Amino acid sequence: MLSLSNIHKTFNPGTPDEKTLFTDFNLNINKNEFVAMVGSNGSGKTTILNVITGGIPVDDGTVMLDGINLTKMADYKRSKRIARVFQDPSAGTCPTMTIFENMSIADNKGKIYGLGHGLNAKRKYFYQSQLEVLGMGLENRLNTPVHSLSGGQRQALALIMATMTTPDLLLLDEHTAALDPKSSDIVMHLTNEIVHQKNITTLMVTHNLRHAIEYGTRSIMMHEGNIVLDISGSKRADYTIDDYLKIFNEISIECGN
Amino acid sequence: MLSIIIGILEQGFIFGIMALGVYISYSILDFPDLSVDGTFPLGAAVSAAMITAGVNPWLALLLSVIAGGIAGAITGILNVKLKITDLLSGILMMTALYSVNYRIAGSPNIFFMGEKTIFTSFSQFIPKLPDVYSRLILIVLIAIAAKLALDWYLKTKSGFLLRSVGSNEGLVITLAQNPGRVKIIGLAVANALVALAGAVNCQRFTQFDVSSGVGTIVMGLAAVIIGTTVFKKVKFLRVTTGVFFGMIIYKTCITIAINSGLNASDMNLVITVLFVLTLVLNTFINKNKKAKGAAANAVIK
Ligand SMILES: Nc1ncnc2c1ncn2[C@@H]1O[C@H](COP(=O)(O)OP(=O)(O)OP(=O)(O)O)[C@@H](O)[C@H]1O
Ligand SMILES: [Mg+2]
Repeated sequence: MLSLSNIHKTFNPGTPDEKTLFTDFNLNINKNEFVAMVGSNGSGKTTILNVITGGIPVDDGTVMLDGINLTKMADYKRSKRIARVFQDPSAGTCPTMTIFENMSIADNKGKIYGLGHGLNAKRKYFYQSQLEVLGMGLENRLNTPVHSLSGGQRQALALIMATMTTPDLLLLDEHTAALDPKSSDIVMHLTNEIVHQKNITTLMVTHNLRHAIEYGTRSIMMHEGNIVLDISGSKRADYTIDDYLKIFNEISIECGN
Repeated sequence: MLSIIIGILEQGFIFGIMALGVYISYSILDFPDLSVDGTFPLGAAVSAAMITAGVNPWLALLLSVIAGGIAGAITGILNVKLKITDLLSGILMMTALYSVNYRIAGSPNIFFMGEKTIFTSFSQFIPKLPDVYSRLILIVLIAIAAKLALDWYLKTKSGFLLRSVGSNEGLVITLAQNPGRVKIIGLAVANALVALAGAVNCQRFTQFDVSSGVGTIVMGLAAVIIGTTVFKKVKFLRVTTGVFFGMIIYKTCITIAINSGLNASDMNLVITVLFVLTLVLNTFINKNKKAKGAAANAVIK
């Protein structure tokens, strides 16, 4: 369904800050796969998502989604079929607008943003029921501006907004990292439910190894712009947290740390 | 005295319409749009040229608004499509408009006393009322209409996009909408309002002056800052109402300064000094708020 082929990416070429991250990077994700991606800081996880959404251009290679070549397509056009929750909790919501306004604007994705009433009053109870699942009390704060929510609350709201209209591909970038352990589990559980109910092909980046093992159908580990582990099915089922940690350590030793 | 007060109110409401435009570009879009200094006289030039050519003054007003909208859209295109910085796009537009306004008007100034304007047409409806009052009423009505239209627009789906593009462009992208397009629309609406103010001002005084736009943006910003900080405390007041109060306060200060013996040519200096005072007041109020916030937090802890 999604395929990145022969991706090359060098940041700041020709400057002292030059950094080559990807040389001939390849990744294929099948329909209805739920990929959990782990990897050290700076290994290129967020950059992969940026390459898919068009946030950064590639030097070489192609990005295909369902046989359509996205490589040259503008970022906002790609968004028609792709939804994303960012690593930065403030990136997925509009701070100056209320929860209700944010949910209404997200609900309208794929339709025209014309001169009709912005707030979707008919869907108010539906929105409240969605928020209720989070257990954060947000359902009673529909008219609160989002800038007064905590980072974790915003991130949870961003997840609901991103999946309000069903995308073909969902990209999650450490979307539970800003949450406390309990909320993190609630949101992860909710993510799993949404992904299964709506049959969304998903690529989830996480530093939470437990989540990476418990959820999803395939695990990928990144290191310095390369895939160092890619497992699914029964092999994946046998992998424990210790096995992941062992690979992590081996990589670090190879690097001489 | 009464005529001075009426003069201040007239100016406050006319320039308040302009400040609504600045509120869109500066506060909502986070775009410091200097083309305002050119689109205010653009509205005036179009109105003056049309009226002296015998066009219906209401139609002239509408054409002024459209001209302002087009100019604003071009500023947006310079920034979005040609990747010129926001500040420079506005400066370029302002500079170009000086020549354009001259062309439209055909001369650096036009006087058209005695021609039909929206004010003469309006006073026919209420012939018993003295002109001073009917003029003020019409200005206030136009100001209210502009404010309500903007309030309504900001609550539409398109308005929601406008509000999000200024504070989080990335969200607009994830909603599969072109943020550049939203910005261009926003700047068009903003400058349409500014040109409306310029047109009303020109029809009120039945004259056009090619250099009448100097200092417009500074006044607009001052009103927006007063409107958003000073009147933020008053919960039930919208910012779109606050900017009118801001402009009336600002115009009052200018009037006092000018009447205390300064020349009309000192106006720009007065405008600037007052603006600096506004900024100082603004940081002072915000600092106080932070101090209070910290105190409140300490209590909670
Ligand atoms: N826009 C950019 N300009 C320059 N360098 C960049 C840019 N984006 C990413 N990089 C570099 O690419 C590398 C990978 O960054 P990336 O954000 O993809 O890492 P990550 O795997 O998401 O890390 P983390 O787990 O910390 O989020 C880093 O070394 C980073 O400095
Ligand atoms: Mg990252």
